[in-house]
Amino acid sequence: MSVLVNKDSKIIVQGFTGSEGTFHAEQMIAYGTNVVGGVTPGKGGQTHLGLPVFNTVRQAVTEAKADVSVIFVPPAFAADAIMEAADAGIKVIITITEGIPTKDMIMVKEYLSNKDVRMVGPNCPGVITPDEAKVGIMPGFIHRKGTIGIVSRSGTLTYEAVDQITKVGLGQSTCIGIGGDPIIGTTTKDAVQLLMEDPETEGIIMIGEIGGSMESEAAQWVKENATKPVVGFIAGQTAPPGRRMGHAGAIIGGADDTAEAKMRIMKECGVHVVESPADIGETMARVLGKEVVGS
Amino acid sequence: MNIHEYQAKEILKNYGVAIQQGVVVESPEKATDAAKTLADQTGTGWFVVKAQIHAGGRGKGKVQETDSNGVVLAKSLEEVPEKVKNIIGGTLVTHQTGPQGKKVNKVLIAEDVYYPGESDPKEFYLSILLDRAKGCNVIMASTEGGMDIEEVAAATPEKIIKEWIDPGVGLQPFQARKVAFALGLEGKAMKEMVKFIFALYKAYESTDSSMFEINPVLKTSDDKILAVDAKVNLDENALYRHKDLAELRDITEEDPLEVEAGKNGLNYVKLDGNVGCMVNGAGLAMATMDIIKLSGGDPANFLDVGGGANAETVEAGFRIILKDPNVKAILINIFGGIVRCDRVASGVVEAYKNIGEINVPIIVRLQGTNAEEGAKIIEESGLQVTSAILLKDAAQKVKDVLS
Repeated sequence: MSVLVNKDSKIIVQGFTGSEGTFHAEQMIAYGTNVVGGVTPGKGGQTHLGLPVFNTVRQAVTEAKADVSVIFVPPAFAADAIMEAADAGIKVIITITEGIPTKDMIMVKEYLSNKDVRMVGPNCPGVITPDEAKVGIMPGFIHRKGTIGIVSRSGTLTYEAVDQITKVGLGQSTCIGIGGDPIIGTTTKDAVQLLMEDPETEGIIMIGEIGGSMESEAAQWVKENATKPVVGFIAGQTAPPGRRMGHAGAIIGGADDTAEAKMRIMKECGVHVVESPADIGETMARVLGKEVVGS
Repeated sequence: MNIHEYQAKEILKNYGVAIQQGVVVESPEKATDAAKTLADQTGTGWFVVKAQIHAGGRGKGKVQETDSNGVVLAKSLEEVPEKVKNIIGGTLVTHQTGPQGKKVNKVLIAEDVYYPGESDPKEFYLSILLDRAKGCNVIMASTEGGMDIEEVAAATPEKIIKEWIDPGVGLQPFQARKVAFALGLEGKAMKEMVKFIFALYKAYESTDSSMFEINPVLKTSDDKILAVDAKVNLDENALYRHKDLAELRDITEEDPLEVEAGKNGLNYVKLDGNVGCMVNGAGLAMATMDIIKLSGGDPANFLDVGGGANAETVEAGFRIILKDPNVKAILINIFGGIVRCDRVASGVVEAYKNIGEINVPIIVRLQGTNAEEGAKIIEESGLQVTSAILLKDAAQKVKDVLS
């Protein structure tokens, strides 16, 4: 078991023939991911990277039985691409695109709300279940199959956590990059819940950052529902208020969305909070009572 | 993206939002003509002179050179040039600008809207912003106009009215009425407020804004509803479809180093600390700043070189960090995915040679793709650069150079 994506997922790439889509589709295929084709409107019928190109997501679902889509479409067209995927019956939509206007995402979220679909992202590195499916832009080789689920709003900081978990000898069940935008499809709480319900996951790492209240909501949920340990970190303890720190969603608006406030709530809810991002892996090993292999 | 009050009011006016009228000037010489024009248009006899900077607290703020407040009242046309002169070209310090203040390049000469009449003028607070948790926009209003809304929220949360806007159907009349009645308005003023809220929401949606704050909204003595101040924040991700709004950017309001970084495709935020940092990825950049703090230093900046870190971006990053005289050490933290660490290492070595004299210790932490090759390049370069592979080693090395 794992969550969201596995070796049986039939994955399509929207924005398949563009430069980003091509590069990352190649990487995903090289990792062994079951990519069944891609969608580029107007290029249907062609072959790209040895796989079929479809004009519409609907065709990809009908003809290639696609059930997961990863989106590399530029920001101006991304909202449309997400809604097309949802309309076609795709079950898991992973949106990598950075820079989608907030107004578009409000509309997308509303559109998806009454459909049986899960969206991850946008502005995220994607989702990986090691040795089964890499659906996104993360470097595959740092991962190792294991039992730790990782949820994070960031890209490279997720890789850092993955690397530490691999180095302490634990490995990952599924890593979910939920994205750094103010409006995202899968929240910290949603992702933590998925991993909590996954029998193969023994421990969860939850990496947040300044801005918004997602980590506090996830922590409240953990307090009431946790059956496995959660280790948490919040980036931006030294970030000044009112300034956007790279991610569109990483901005301190009030007293509740500082790193300090989130870390306090997480501690109160029983999350093992680390002060230093260098301690994520070792803390998880210690909490699980595992011996740290090497370092 | 932040814009000036006068620009924000122009936008509001275009969408039919009633505003306090005004004319913007860039020199005291033009002040009298501007005030005359305004008097002809509005019949006003008093004038409000308002410094145009991207920061709040202007009314209480002081212009360092003249001791004038940032917003002052001129009770005749003759008083206007002197009042303008005391503000324009000066450095305005408010609680939001920091002690260094901001230079005032423009002032807005606005009509007096607090004239006496049948009823007393009354100030309100009104804003529209994104509720991230609910995934929709929310209108916030309060009877405590002119106050800092965070203080109102903390002291008297019951005085804040919230109306969430359903993304499917948009703002409904009953919601605008609810807000107007909750603000204690009736009769003509209530109807004017409903009109005001509708026009304001239309402006917010049409401009892809991420925040509107109208503080205060004024009910005049003759029951008109006007925006006396306006703070507008535009969604930068949506500027591609609003070319006219993109032009409202005023780079003189931004830190020159941040502007330069932006030109090089770097995301840089200047801070006050002593350890500079250069990182790929926003989350890791924030985490690296935290590591610096935990190691006994203070971050001098946030700097995300993005996914395409190469020799040019590394060199540009170095040059920007080194322009900050407070920097005593630099930590470079790269987690290579698509970015190859050996390339970044070569970039560091090359940049170091190109820049010549670098008098602060540099710690380079490379992890991920080709990390070991990268470390080797750094070590063999003979430069005064320390390399690390693990994040905790990098933290220790920062501690060592600071002690």
